[in-house]
Amino acid sequence: MKKLIGLLLFAIGLYLAVFVKVPEGNDNRTKNNVNMARRMSQLGIVSLGAGTLIIAGGIDLSIGSFMGLCATVLAVGMQRQGWSPPQAIAVVLGMGVVVGLIHGLLVTKLRLPAFIVTLCGLFIYRGLARWWAGDANAGIGPGMFKRAFSEATPLGLPVEFVYLVIAAIVFYLLLQRSIYGRYLYAIGSNELAAKYSGIRVDRYKIFAYVLCSLTAAFYSMMHLAEVASVSPSNVGSMLELYAIAGAVIGGCSLRGGEGNVLGIILGASILTLLQAVVSFWDVPQSLEYAAIGGALLVGAIMDEVLRRRGPATAHG
Amino acid sequence: MLEAVAVSKGFPGVQALSDVNLTVAPGEIVAVVGENGAGKSTLMKILAGVQVPDAGTLRLNAREIRFASVDAAQQAGIVLIHQELNLAEGLDVAANIFLGREPRVGGPLGLISSRIYSDAATIMQRLGLDVSPRAAVADLSLGQRQLVEIARALSLQSRYLIFDEPTSSLTERETERLFTVIRQLRADGVGILYISHRLKEVCALSDRVVVLRDGRNAGDLLREDVTHEALISRMVGRELKQFFHRDQAATLATASAEPIVRVRDVRWSASQKAGISFDLRPGEVVGMAGLMGAGRTELAETLFGIRRRLAGTVEIAGRMIDVRSASNAVEAGVLLVPEDRRRQGLVIDFAIRENIGLPSLGHWNRLRMVDRRREQETSLMLRDKLRIRTPHVEQIVGLLSGGNQQKVVLGKWLAREPKLLLLDEPTRGVDVGAKAEIYEIMNELAKQGVAVLMISSDLEEILGVSDRILVMHEQQLAGTLTREQATEQAIMHLATGGMGNS
Repeated sequence: MKKLIGLLLFAIGLYLAVFVKVPEGNDNRTKNNVNMARRMSQLGIVSLGAGTLIIAGGIDLSIGSFMGLCATVLAVGMQRQGWSPPQAIAVVLGMGVVVGLIHGLLVTKLRLPAFIVTLCGLFIYRGLARWWAGDANAGIGPGMFKRAFSEATPLGLPVEFVYLVIAAIVFYLLLQRSIYGRYLYAIGSNELAAKYSGIRVDRYKIFAYVLCSLTAAFYSMMHLAEVASVSPSNVGSMLELYAIAGAVIGGCSLRGGEGNVLGIILGASILTLLQAVVSFWDVPQSLEYAAIGGALLVGAIMDEVLRRRGPATAHG
Repeated sequence: MLEAVAVSKGFPGVQALSDVNLTVAPGEIVAVVGENGAGKSTLMKILAGVQVPDAGTLRLNAREIRFASVDAAQQAGIVLIHQELNLAEGLDVAANIFLGREPRVGGPLGLISSRIYSDAATIMQRLGLDVSPRAAVADLSLGQRQLVEIARALSLQSRYLIFDEPTSSLTERETERLFTVIRQLRADGVGILYISHRLKEVCALSDRVVVLRDGRNAGDLLREDVTHEALISRMVGRELKQFFHRDQAATLATASAEPIVRVRDVRWSASQKAGISFDLRPGEVVGMAGLMGAGRTELAETLFGIRRRLAGTVEIAGRMIDVRSASNAVEAGVLLVPEDRRRQGLVIDFAIRENIGLPSLGHWNRLRMVDRRREQETSLMLRDKLRIRTPHVEQIVGLLSGGNQQKVVLGKWLAREPKLLLLDEPTRGVDVGAKAEIYEIMNELAKQGVAVLMISSDLEEILGVSDRILVMHEQQLAGTLTREQATEQAIMHLATGGMGNS
């Protein structure tokens, strides 16, 4: 709880830092808010998937490449092969399930390290994306797809934000209310004890990999709908690191068994706001990564110092 | 001559050694025997500098010595060869033999001299270890690894070698080879201390046998006096203390019931000579005795489905059950309280409530949601029933005492419907009061018709709580003792490889 309040205060501070720099008039502030809400919602959704996997003690380094592959397949499918948007969506969600299953099966049945499996995925999906698109950019025109995943504004809100709210509710029910969530926490905390409690550990680990890949696939729809054209060689690069960082800032431990939905969403918001701070405070664009990395490092150090001062805290 | 004089050592809650004496001369093989927990390993660790005694002295050639570290003991020529070998698997044999003491060349560059390979080869030849000094340790068999450890000890110019259960994971041929090496070392004037549970080996190998019992000297026998029976009577001959006793009437009441559990020819390892078969009746509390490594835990894990069953059948209440995973076992009512409570029994960062709920949540709710209220009520009910000492069930289990933690593990299963409850060393590291409570819970379950199988290395406990006792030896069921037949001598006889009488 204390951690969540700290994260919230940090996020508010960052927001104010952005707010004071946005020029007044011309709906600038509203536009900026909408823009940040989009970013934050997109990253939040994929962080929820990554965070769930991290809670279960896994890791996925292929999120960015796989998202890129999905975006490429969507664009090529709708632009060059005449798929209808529902067809394209079904294909990409199906890819999410299949890739998650493959990751999960390799990790559980062959006992390969998750780091290796998904690192290989990182290379493979990037290569497949470039090959599939003939190494050329692919884009989509205006239409239902763009409206459904980016342009629509139900209740005046960016549609991505609505998706985030839905995802947050689904993940909250899953992680914090359902037995599957409890099992995932147990597996992440002590896989052996979960096994000795009669839990089918492999099954739930595979499930976590599938969820993670599905959120990456969903991200690709929002991303393509927003930017309309993607370059297969770099679309989504480093997204896995943002997603993992969002989850970890939000309280997920890479050792597993720790973290919650609200924290993950706050973590993703903080990352988004940091990017905004960097761009509004005239930090040279080239220093963007260094500034974000530095800010996160300071946060991690502060967190550790506070933790050592305070008493040992429990998970959740 | 290496001597330990009046050595004592205590750990929180247990006096491991009291005034123990031990001597070993150059060119002598002295075996140290005793039950689990008799203090053998502690004594060896003190001699090797791993632990410091609370009282008493160590002497080497009549000079008092005091080791601050394993290093210091090794400098003095005393080396302990651990039960679980400590080798760097990724390095080659020679690198392991000289690890930390590599001859260097190149001054400040600190390059390792290639001399280690020729030096290693010389030592390895002496031990009859015929692999290349450049072979990776990971590729060696367990017996070969043991020889690498011995080679390492010899490279230290050791004059005393301590072996802790060296043959527990060796094949028969590797054991023979090891004995040849040990005899060779004796001829070279090395003093050998040898801990073993296998009395047959002890009889064959040693010049003298020192028996420990409850942390005290219980005998010092010369070669000609060493017999299986003489050793056992010294290992166990203590009077039974005030202890829990199972009601005689309860034993009689279960004796005629139809078995609820039929285990037939169960195997988990290809090296087992025969499968394990036994029956358990409802309401029966059966003890399972045996020395460490006799296969008791493996059997329990196989019945629970955590370990792969290679052959055999398990029938519970007339139904063949397919225990290929623990979840099948749990569904069938076969439940295990595992040996390592912190690693296997509990999610240590979870609250009591969450641990208790873990195996039952899926059972409680069709919608697959956590039934928080039921979880709460069940854990409160079990807290009171099991007398888990905690004000609230939101307590993180890692902060509970051993006894209370064990009660939480039991609580996990009491929330289900056990038919066969397997308990693996349920009272290890548990204080006396909690022990009695755990026995009561077992009795209570038995009264409800559950078959209880309790593995324990504590003979007093086994004798006190069991209606019947199964004894294992080397992955086999060595025999079954009824309550009338059961004595510590009878159990140890079977557990150490004496011929069965059932």
